[in-house]
Amino acid sequence: MHLALFLIFGLLCIGGALNLLLQRHPINSALSLIVVMSSLSVLYLLLGAEFLALAQIIVYSGAIMVLFVFVIMLLNAGEEQRTHGSRAAYLAGIPGVLALFAVLASTFFTLRTNLGSARLGSFLVSTGDLSRVLFRNLLLPFEVTSVLILVAILGAVVLAGKEQ
Amino acid sequence: MCAQRNVRQSGNETDVNILIFVLLSLLKVVVVTVIFLTAVAYTVLLERKLVGRIQNRWGPSRVGPFGLLQPLADGLKLFLKEDLMPDAVERPLFILAPIIALSCALISIGVIPFGENIRWHGVDMFQIADLNIGLLVILGVTSIGVYGIALSGWSSNNKYSLLGSLRSTAQMISYELALGLSVIGVVLRTGSLRLRDIVNVQNTHGMLSWNVFGGLQLIAFFIYLTAAFAETNRTPFDLPEAESELTAGYHTEYSSMKFAMFFMAEYANMITVGCVATLLFLGGWSSPFGHLLPAFGGPIVQALLPVLWFVGKVFCFLFLYVWVRGTLPRFRYDQLMGFGWKFLLPVAIANVMATSLVLAFHG
Amino acid sequence: MAVPIAWYLILSAALFSLGVFAFLIKRNIISIFMSIELMLNAVNLAFVAFANHWHQVSGQIFVFFVMVVAAAEAAVGLAIIIAVFRSRGTLNVDQINLMKL
Repeated sequence: MHLALFLIFGLLCIGGALNLLLQRHPINSALSLIVVMSSLSVLYLLLGAEFLALAQIIVYSGAIMVLFVFVIMLLNAGEEQRTHGSRAAYLAGIPGVLALFAVLASTFFTLRTNLGSARLGSFLVSTGDLSRVLFRNLLLPFEVTSVLILVAILGAVVLAGKEQ
Repeated sequence: MCAQRNVRQSGNETDVNILIFVLLSLLKVVVVTVIFLTAVAYTVLLERKLVGRIQNRWGPSRVGPFGLLQPLADGLKLFLKEDLMPDAVERPLFILAPIIALSCALISIGVIPFGENIRWHGVDMFQIADLNIGLLVILGVTSIGVYGIALSGWSSNNKYSLLGSLRSTAQMISYELALGLSVIGVVLRTGSLRLRDIVNVQNTHGMLSWNVFGGLQLIAFFIYLTAAFAETNRTPFDLPEAESELTAGYHTEYSSMKFAMFFMAEYANMITVGCVATLLFLGGWSSPFGHLLPAFGGPIVQALLPVLWFVGKVFCFLFLYVWVRGTLPRFRYDQLMGFGWKFLLPVAIANVMATSLVLAFHG
Repeated sequence: MAVPIAWYLILSAALFSLGVFAFLIKRNIISIFMSIELMLNAVNLAFVAFANHWHQVSGQIFVFFVMVVAAAEAAVGLAIIIAVFRSRGTLNVDQINLMKL
């Protein structure tokens, strides 16, 4: 069950990420990113992070990506053209990215016995556990992020507001 | 969700036969879906009848006794119409959009409990999936539902559709904040996101312990009500489909079954919002008289009575929906945004602060 | 029926690499921004997987903070994109090469 769900949603993730890469139109890229994010939330559930799984859906798929889609619709963004810049990126990017993936994947692969395996239900973090850590041990960082959000709101309003 | 259910199952009910569990769960899904879709069809009839009476006319009365078969006729008509596919539309997204809208509207019924936790063969009879984070699931699914409307407007390649969907997207993400914040007071009082726990807290003294009265969440209830009207794109916030300015808004280019899917999604969302309001503020399936009402009848009557209370409360909520539609005029767009951001959101934040202060000092 | 944590981490590495690659080859500024979100998501998956491995809640708290920062970043970033589009009339990064708006 766990393996099947992991394979289905892992493949959906990879497929969505590839589609983001290949699609020319930003709205199609945005939709494939939504698929990636929603599949990731299922993977979070499998790893026992039930609150995060839903926060992923609400914050990422439901708020951030809606904002992206909204901006794409608002600016009426068309298909992107390939330019000189993208050719240079191909030359430097493909080997670099492959090397990055090879290093990371081989590290994880050699460490696979130390890392052990995830079992369904062996580790389930309830919302209460999460909030106890968040509001007792990490209260200051939490409050600082609220200031960050406030600054971000002000910044967004100033930047996107009409100039007089 | 599937994984979640498995965790619960293997965690505390290992004695349940897996085959019976799967079969009964499937049966529950089928029964609930059928009932839900029927309820959607009859909500349309309820609206047409009530709006008719408000406007001093009869409403549908020709098909069947009192027009009771009208939903069937409507469905048949929409099903048999030609499915037009305009030339300039973005085809895959154009087809995907109504499917997203309808499926998001139908999913959230899966976590809603209708009655007491009564188990048969170890399976909860009145709820499809009992999740620890049920309330968040509903909020999450609602927030995904925006895509149905956003994509329909964009893929239609029509200025009315695009304007309607832009309006609707902005409206839904603005009012989602007030909606989420209004719910927090209830969650603070309960200390849990599980819908059954939320109802059980309100189950003690009848109407007096409901969140809307005993829980001091009257203001939160009104914020929820207003935000929910905006979330479901209903009058007085039906700007996305304002006939007088945008023809039909985001579904201008849709016909036949694809239009019907949007239509059903709207009414399904209404019912879901009614169910959630009932669970969060009106005590769910608990009786308004608490234990004043003596227990009568056998165990079956006692099991079905809460469901009856639940349905009755949801019906009152739907009645209110239609009543408001028949009474209030439409907002202007800037008024709508100003109301959401400058009034509802600050009041919701003040409500959260007041509730947490009261809970901190009085427990 | 258990899935090795290493698989989750390899999946996260693959998503991160795809994000980096998309970041490099995309020319539309919104798509570039979306590939940054993809990279953040890949890192989040790694955090959750490690939280499961160590049976520690802190890993999930980290994801929570990443989400908050990502939300703030998206709001500001998209506002900047709108401002740039208003003054330049294009979303192609090759044509947005002046610091002055």
